[in-house]
Amino acid sequence: MDKIFSINGPVVTAADTKSFSMQEMVYVGEKRLIGEVIRVTSGSTTIQVYEGTTGLKPGEPIESTGAPMSAVLGPGIISNIFDGIERPLKKLEEVGGAFISDGANVTPLDGEARYPVTMTVKIGDVIKAGDIYCTCPETPIITHKCMLSPLSKGGEVIWTAVSGKYRVNDVVCKIKNPSGTVEELTLCQRWPIRTPRPCRERKPITKPLITGQRIVDTILPIAKGGTAAIPGGFGTGKTMTQHQLAKWCDADIIVYIGCGERGNEMTQVLEEFSELIDPKTQRPLTDRTVLIANTSNMPVAAREASIYTGITLAEYYRDMGYHIAIMADSTSRWAEALREISGRLEEMPAEEGFPAYLPSRISEFYERAGYVETLGGNEGSVTIIGAVSPQGADFSEPVTQNTKRFVRCFWALDKSLAYARHYPAINWNTSYSEYAEDLADYYNNNVAKDFMEVRQEISNILVEENTLMEIVKLMGTDVLPDDQKLLIETARIVRVGFLQQNAYHKDDTYVPLGKQYLMMKTILSFYTQAKKALADGMAVDRIVSGGWVERLVKMKYDIPNDKPEMFDGYLRDMEQWFKGAEVC
Amino acid sequence: MNIKYIGLSQINGPLVTLEKCRNVSYDEMAEIRLDDGTRRLARVVEVSGDKAVLQVFEGTKGLSLTNTNIKFEGRPMELALSGEMLGRVFNGAGRPIDGLGDIVAEKSRDINGSPLNPVSRVYPRNYIRTGISSIDALMTLIRGQKLPIFSGSGLSHNKLAVQIVRQAQIADESGQGFAIVFGAMGVKNDVADYFKRCFEETGVMERVAMFLNLSNDPIIERILTPKCALTCAEYLAFEKNMHILVILTDMTSYAEALREFSSSKGEIPGRKGYPGYLYSDLASIYERAGIVKGSTGSVTQIPILTMPNDDITHPVPDLTGYITEGQIVLDRNLDQTGVYPAVSILPSLSRLMKDGIGEGYTREDHQMCANQLFAAYAKVQDARSLASVIGEEELTPIDKAYIKFGVLFEKYFINQGFDVNRTIEETLDLGWELLSTLPKSELDRVDEEHLEKYYSAENARAKFSAAV
Repeated sequence: MDKIFSINGPVVTAADTKSFSMQEMVYVGEKRLIGEVIRVTSGSTTIQVYEGTTGLKPGEPIESTGAPMSAVLGPGIISNIFDGIERPLKKLEEVGGAFISDGANVTPLDGEARYPVTMTVKIGDVIKAGDIYCTCPETPIITHKCMLSPLSKGGEVIWTAVSGKYRVNDVVCKIKNPSGTVEELTLCQRWPIRTPRPCRERKPITKPLITGQRIVDTILPIAKGGTAAIPGGFGTGKTMTQHQLAKWCDADIIVYIGCGERGNEMTQVLEEFSELIDPKTQRPLTDRTVLIANTSNMPVAAREASIYTGITLAEYYRDMGYHIAIMADSTSRWAEALREISGRLEEMPAEEGFPAYLPSRISEFYERAGYVETLGGNEGSVTIIGAVSPQGADFSEPVTQNTKRFVRCFWALDKSLAYARHYPAINWNTSYSEYAEDLADYYNNNVAKDFMEVRQEISNILVEENTLMEIVKLMGTDVLPDDQKLLIETARIVRVGFLQQNAYHKDDTYVPLGKQYLMMKTILSFYTQAKKALADGMAVDRIVSGGWVERLVKMKYDIPNDKPEMFDGYLRDMEQWFKGAEVC
Repeated sequence: MNIKYIGLSQINGPLVTLEKCRNVSYDEMAEIRLDDGTRRLARVVEVSGDKAVLQVFEGTKGLSLTNTNIKFEGRPMELALSGEMLGRVFNGAGRPIDGLGDIVAEKSRDINGSPLNPVSRVYPRNYIRTGISSIDALMTLIRGQKLPIFSGSGLSHNKLAVQIVRQAQIADESGQGFAIVFGAMGVKNDVADYFKRCFEETGVMERVAMFLNLSNDPIIERILTPKCALTCAEYLAFEKNMHILVILTDMTSYAEALREFSSSKGEIPGRKGYPGYLYSDLASIYERAGIVKGSTGSVTQIPILTMPNDDITHPVPDLTGYITEGQIVLDRNLDQTGVYPAVSILPSLSRLMKDGIGEGYTREDHQMCANQLFAAYAKVQDARSLASVIGEEELTPIDKAYIKFGVLFEKYFINQGFDVNRTIEETLDLGWELLSTLPKSELDRVDEEHLEKYYSAENARAKFSAAV
């Protein structure tokens, strides 16, 4: 048995041993704390421990498991809440009380729960990796499909259980692979968290992830299978934005990773998601959500692992043919965990003390997103939306900069917008989305033929406003000619009436694409008519004070989501008003 | 195991190295006895084979390689706890210094605490009325929240903390017990005295447990101070079911002590020389606030920190802001114009506010009023920066109205005075009166119904006409 030689925070070493392999999971000490091998030299092995190391002594045993750090995948994951190394927190509470103690031995999935299993293979069938051999309802809206692990060589089914109620570790099927060995299949499988699960093919990106948030859906769209980063200083609403996306986006399953964030926030997600009803399925949001909570005061090494645990769970459901959205809040905390461990290993630091391999780790993570054809032949996707918490709200720091290189959608949160309580505080000038072009066909075919044109016109107004603001900041609006004054007013309607969205308003919290389009259309119609009226000699003050600006700003509240026909009334009234105003 | 190890092999700053020791565990406490009979406490910060590195809390002054013997205690640092801790004064390491003798321990706990399982938390929803308009209306304090005060040297953060202690309705309707745990890290003797005097004047002294590490006390002990204070707070809250308000001042000194300790250990520094784990370390302090299922008590934290050079992007306020649930930022300009409390509205925030206000908690119009005040005050800043370029005369009438609103808002709403205790109704009504000085069409965060109910230009004119 190998023994502990030294302990320094979460880093433990064993001396004079060659029995460990890289990234192997080990049990450390008499309390059997979970750890992972991170460095092997001829003289010593370095292990990072995922739990508190207080009280460990040199000489305590280290037990090898022979397997890499793995997640257990099977029914019972959805609606559950795990820590960074997939220990169910509710179970931990039952075992150890409100405060998490070290060395608690709990299994990720409930071994006693029985699931009504329907077998989908029969004796004689030949199945290969990724094929489904049985299904069971996991929550009222998610059917769990047990697939042959990608590690398996596949083979002929030689025995199946009858459909009925089984526990996760019960054998439900046996296959004989070409070399003659028999493999017993249960409802669950293990997968090393740091290895991406394979797929048959990566598909081009064509479908948007619809979120019901206007600035996201129309101006800065994100695709299913895409990647996005939300950087922002504290108090700019990163978490709030992620909550909104998690609540309303049209993914089948949400994996919410609370990585080094606040405990109360996770409690809030738990409470709020069990009360909120998903409009599409009429079921609580928890029925489609997995939470991974490794709060800031939980062990730092588990924080580093939480990101990988989360994406492994997501990939597993992707392989069943679901669309998954991952909310990682916040990837900066994960990067800091890397830095902390790296510091303990006395590695040579690169920028701001972060290890030199930071960019490669970030890119590895984001590259696990994608829209794929799975091994079983289904289509599924993993979308990653990662929050970034730049130090001092300075976007030039290494985590933000490196993330920017590997994501295609960048929603920069802005302090001054947040100060003015303009939410979501996504700055339309500094943010971008490379998906707009990929998704143009979808929007034009499914929402309105001229959707992309309308979107462009709205963007143009904002861009022009931005240029004019330079002058306005110096000299006030009074010096501007009338047409520019009108533009400033219209831009205000776009900003306050369209981009700003109230998460606490029953209609405004989620707005369907159709309404988003009609809102833009109505604003543009006002702008066109106002420009014409201006050209015909109407004073700009008359246009602005006509009450239309206020009406347009408030139309997001005044027109319910299910009454798009009311926009016709607005357009009619507006036309009449402009006609009437001209006469007098 | 009662082996005593005589002598040391190395002394470096607050760290001593001991060789050829056996059975030493990580994070274990040890007692160092000097030849002259004095005792010092130390903690194991690294073990490697038969070598242990210890951190000496009272400093290594006077230690030599030969004049010591060390006894390991076999357990991490623990604090003796009892309901009798209220009304007492302790040093940074939790030893009584008020001459009233030792605490008779009902229990003792590891001062590092354990992380609270998110599943076992109760989401905080009950607001604490502080009687201070700017806080109550715009960054409402919620029971179980951690809401720091970001201040600068010379600003009135201590006064504000005292006012909160004095006015805050911490106890709940049932009159359930409340208490204050005060942790001072590296504060000046005067400051500690000021707090002590104020607690006495307010008559809450017998409900306060003070943990004092003054600026001339040992640095390493400073690292323990907040941990001791919070262990005490958690015990009183979750086992004695009391509502505890924890005031920690000054977190910047704490972080500096941590930096000093880290650099003497030879660790790789992160930003501004602070150790890379500053975030995790601060989190292990701030996260010890909240409400736990199965207990009726709560821990509410108000840490105070001074921003070096008033720089909010300095690592300490920056990382704090990422952990805590909002912040109250004090502003030097406001302070200089005589406004008290000099709360800088725009960067201040309470993240838990949204779920603890409104109907059933404060008043149904609270959120709208607050949003509109924030939005309007943000526009005041725009108008002011414009006025500083083109002069106030040249502004549009709307911008002029904002400038006026800004002046009134600072004078009547933010500026309140040390002895004024406002109810939430008074605060919100005042907010609406101020908003009513603006044209109705500017209030775009408020719906018709509320405008109808609360907007009254006549009231505003009547109230503020004399002022302008």
